[in-house]
Amino acid sequence: MSSGTSVEGSTSITSQRNIFSRLWNDKETRSVIVQIIALVALFAFFAFMIRNAVYNLEAIGKGFSFDFLWQPANYDINQRLISYDSRSSHMRAMQVGILNTLLVAFAGIVLATVLGFILGVLRLSKNWLTNKIAYVYIEYVRNVPVLLHILLVHGIMVHSLPKPKSAINVGDAGFLTNRGLFMPKPIPEPLLWAVIALFVAGIIFAIIFRSWAKKVQNETGKIYPVFWISVFAIIILPVLAYFLLGSPVNWEAPELKGFNFRGGMVIRPEFIALWLALSFYTAAFIAEIVRAGILAVSHGQTEASMALGIPRGRTLKLVVIPQALRVIVPPLSSQYLNITKNSSLAIAIGYMDITATIGGISLNQTGREMECMIIVMALYLLFSLLISMFMNWYNKRIKLVER
Amino acid sequence: MNKSFLSAAAFAALSMTAVNAQAATLDDVKARGELNCVVSTGIAGFAAPDDKGVWAGIDVDFCRAVAAAVLGDGEKVNFVPTTGKTRFTVLNSGEGDILFRNTTETMSRDADLKLTFLPVNYYDGQGFMISKELGVNSAKDLDGASICIQTGTTTELNLADYFRTNGISYEPVPVETNAEAQTNYLGGRCDVFTTDASGLASTRASFEKPDDHIILPEIISKEPLGGAVRHGDDQWADIGKWVVNALIAAEELGVTQGSAAEMGKAAGDNPSINRLMGTEGDFGSMIGLDNQWALRAIEAVGNYGEIFDRNIGPDTAIGLERGLNAQWKDGGILYAAPIR
Ligand SMILES: N[C@@H](CCC(=O)N[C@@H](CS)C(=O)NCC(=O)O)C(=O)O
Repeated sequence: MSSGTSVEGSTSITSQRNIFSRLWNDKETRSVIVQIIALVALFAFFAFMIRNAVYNLEAIGKGFSFDFLWQPANYDINQRLISYDSRSSHMRAMQVGILNTLLVAFAGIVLATVLGFILGVLRLSKNWLTNKIAYVYIEYVRNVPVLLHILLVHGIMVHSLPKPKSAINVGDAGFLTNRGLFMPKPIPEPLLWAVIALFVAGIIFAIIFRSWAKKVQNETGKIYPVFWISVFAIIILPVLAYFLLGSPVNWEAPELKGFNFRGGMVIRPEFIALWLALSFYTAAFIAEIVRAGILAVSHGQTEASMALGIPRGRTLKLVVIPQALRVIVPPLSSQYLNITKNSSLAIAIGYMDITATIGGISLNQTGREMECMIIVMALYLLFSLLISMFMNWYNKRIKLVER
Repeated sequence: MNKSFLSAAAFAALSMTAVNAQAATLDDVKARGELNCVVSTGIAGFAAPDDKGVWAGIDVDFCRAVAAAVLGDGEKVNFVPTTGKTRFTVLNSGEGDILFRNTTETMSRDADLKLTFLPVNYYDGQGFMISKELGVNSAKDLDGASICIQTGTTTELNLADYFRTNGISYEPVPVETNAEAQTNYLGGRCDVFTTDASGLASTRASFEKPDDHIILPEIISKEPLGGAVRHGDDQWADIGKWVVNALIAAEELGVTQGSAAEMGKAAGDNPSINRLMGTEGDFGSMIGLDNQWALRAIEAVGNYGEIFDRNIGPDTAIGLERGLNAQWKDGGILYAAPIR
């Protein structure tokens, strides 16, 4: 009896061992096991860190709470896209910071993309000089840390532009000073809404027209000048309407009064420096991505297309660009993420973004490091995820449709 | 940039230092053989490295005095430079043992940020500096000006209150350090630089042409500047507190850097001096030190008056008068609690 049990026991152990070794020897299960272990270890590590932080904070008597968000912030912010003063809450200060971050990130993405595409094409130019200039620019810019670019542009703006008293007059419309570019501020009259409505209607029309034209082309082969008709609907028509309605906008001009220009609106050197530096820097990376994308489309394709009698412009538009885009878009997304995250370097020159508001002054004046850091990290994560989602959607849209 | 990195690092340190018992900063410092003293990134006369990299200034001298009292050597200090923003995180995370950094004692810093303040070592107030050529004589005339302010300070809060209550507008230009403020101010990014009046005097003294700038008469706040330690280690707080008191008392009692050694040899007939010098009573052991703690501090840096005169006094480039910071007997409000 007793020997029987022991035999039974040992067989079950060996069979168990067999299962484990079989699981372990199976490549896929092994990778799953390793991943599970890694994940558990990672969570344990973070749990340990957070527990420690909370414990250490409590040990010095600091609780964990987000109540401070509703207290008055008590500090002023220079660039505000929404109303804010020192009596507003930290919550409001955070919103001001979010908008400032989004503004510079969006403007940066647009400019970096435009510059990047231009540079990328120049880099492929057959003209030796253009090619080399683009090359030198790209190599210089991407090998110097972006923080230095930011400080450099800011330094140049503050130290080489004149003070308000001797501002550079830009066609009587703007004034360029080391406090920023002062411009007239548009104050809309009611009729302006008609122009805006026309503009929106133009966009909707263009979208519908485009898909209709495509359908017609598929069925009959007739090609409409979609681009020019869209330009007419979206831009030319509203502009005409604007002037026919007697320019329904009042411009509030900036005026030099005392220390500074008053009235109008201002683009501060901090914004300009951050925007330009981020764009110039990221454009160099985008240029390389664009170049790689274009080079990835084999020359045979262009030749084949031309041989079919398709004109050069159309070849570019219908054969080269769609295929190049597929190579360009995925790495482009990470450049967009970089711009957004690098915008947090704003703090070096005092641009009041999320890091400088809720993650800077609010954090410091309230002493809520943990809470503020969590908020700031969550916000950057959110922005990054949104950009990724959008780029993934776009990437799917331009994907090769196999027939 | 590197400052926000520093604050992130300090934050990481906060989450990583294994749960440690509060007390016994004294033991840590002794075991390390070095005092980690939190100072500013550089403001001449208070804390700044000279051209040989040796730190000097009032705040620095208080650090050295504590090191001398605790470790027996005023040189055994590791200075941790911080911005207005990073200073408290650095102290609270344990990266620093004690802080002397132009820091104003306020209720929220004491009770909410959990700092224990040491006696005030400089009574100050917030002022404004402006270029003479702008012809402004009063802070009330600053409507519309661009003003450079260091973030994470009481300065930015006072400024917001002052301009709001006086119904005047301004453009805040936030900067991280005094050096940045200086470049922006001299470059004309801002018309006005505002900070503690002592800081203004020190900054102005470092200009090529200090006389082109004036400090406006308005002082818009009370800024009692003092050292600080973390909440929760009373013994360590006592050490800081009594070293500061001892240096102030030394001036009142006429004990100087030069005379301290002689006066510490044997008890004389002034019991207050005897207690300070450790020739009478057993005061050192009350704070976990020996009885020559104060003697060593005074020998290292001199009494309060000597520290003041050497770093920021009338004979230095900064040229500040004692004013409120004179001894109570001389019309100031410096008034050290008695050692007894
Ligand atoms: N006393 C105020 C202001 C402190 C402050 O930042 N002062 C400036 C000028 S006096 C300073 O120490 N700057 C040195 C640095 O930038 O590191 C506070 O405690 O918040």
